[in-house]
Amino acid sequence: MPATKEIRTQIKSIGNTQKITKAMEMVAASKMRRAQERMLTSRPYAERIRAVIGHLAHARPEYEPVYLRTRAAYRVGFIIVSSDRGLCGGLNHNLFKRAIEAMSSWQQKNVEIDLCLIGQKAESFFKRLGGSIVGNVTHLGDAPQIIDLIGTVKVMLDAYAEGRIDRLFIVSNKLINTMTQQPQVQQLLPFPPAEEMARAYQWDYLYEPDPQYLLDLLSKRYVEAQVYQSVVENIACEQAARMVAMKAASDNADGLISELKLIYNKARQAAITQELSEIISGAAAV
Amino acid sequence: MSNTIKVDIVSAEKELFSGQAISVVATAVGGELGILPKHTPLLAELKPGEIRVNISETQTEIFYISGGMLEVQPDGVTVLADTALRADDIDEAAAIQAKQRAEQMLHEQHTDFDYAKARAELAVAAAQLHAIQKLRERR
Repeated sequence: MPATKEIRTQIKSIGNTQKITKAMEMVAASKMRRAQERMLTSRPYAERIRAVIGHLAHARPEYEPVYLRTRAAYRVGFIIVSSDRGLCGGLNHNLFKRAIEAMSSWQQKNVEIDLCLIGQKAESFFKRLGGSIVGNVTHLGDAPQIIDLIGTVKVMLDAYAEGRIDRLFIVSNKLINTMTQQPQVQQLLPFPPAEEMARAYQWDYLYEPDPQYLLDLLSKRYVEAQVYQSVVENIACEQAARMVAMKAASDNADGLISELKLIYNKARQAAITQELSEIISGAAAV
Repeated sequence: MSNTIKVDIVSAEKELFSGQAISVVATAVGGELGILPKHTPLLAELKPGEIRVNISETQTEIFYISGGMLEVQPDGVTVLADTALRADDIDEAAAIQAKQRAEQMLHEQHTDFDYAKARAELAVAAAQLHAIQKLRERR
């Protein structure tokens, strides 16, 4: 019975794959929970800085840091946050599609683009696509630290401060819920104006050392914090997407196995029937 | 509880402390600063050092931070702590490293094993094998 044996091996190999996908699903689920916690704990920092910058921009209207000023765009920067590993559904692919969409709308206006890549998937994708890549960082792991990102962010911050780029965007996934992740393009620089900057009364800080230095420092920290947040959120997205993709794979394997089992049983039955009829017809002939 | 002040110590990675205190002592670049409730708005850069949060007369919590910022509002104190030691030359070195990585990645197309390319080649080879098998079966 060569046919039945083949089917049996196939069922077995699908079963083995299913074991792997199930394990990956469970690993992703627990990692996702931790990543989401990390996402929440890093949120207050950026919010606080944003509030302080809001106060400052209002209290010190005569000094406007370079990060708040909008100028004509000749060259823009994109920071692209992707995952290091695959097997997470269409997560990275959708992100790159969104990034290319945003980039081509600038290119149509004859604006040049500098890229900063975070994650291996972005690295291999944009390497093939081409483009001017000015910085990259990979292998951040599940719990990245802000120190891993400083260099990459500084490349872009310096470029902005020196006037080499006129806008800075970050492309990353937003975690809407476990089932949905949405790629989004956010403008980091110049800061989009915030509502809380409008205040009724006038007041000012005491500064130590001087306000311009502090405002610049805060602005830098703010951008770093935002990039860090995006990276952490993207990790949560990656794990969520992987969990969903692996769940789908396990379910598909279930379906395949039950289909194959049906075919296997039919083949087995047919073989037995055939054997029986051979025996009976043989007996009849004698 | 009018003689206490709300204190938040946050770093980019997590919230370190959040609660009421009677006073806070921090090490700013110009020297130690003691903050009591109803302090005038203040913004200061902090040196690597300790922050003492006096929760009550007897209870004090101490945090060590490697620099950051201190913001004081009449109703609260916020410490934006750096978790890593930050200095301009360290940052500069990190930036140069990031640039170098990018350049290296672009140049090292052949030495580094390119998975995407290998996978594409494998797919082509598998398709060819498949076609050959089909041809053989037909004969």
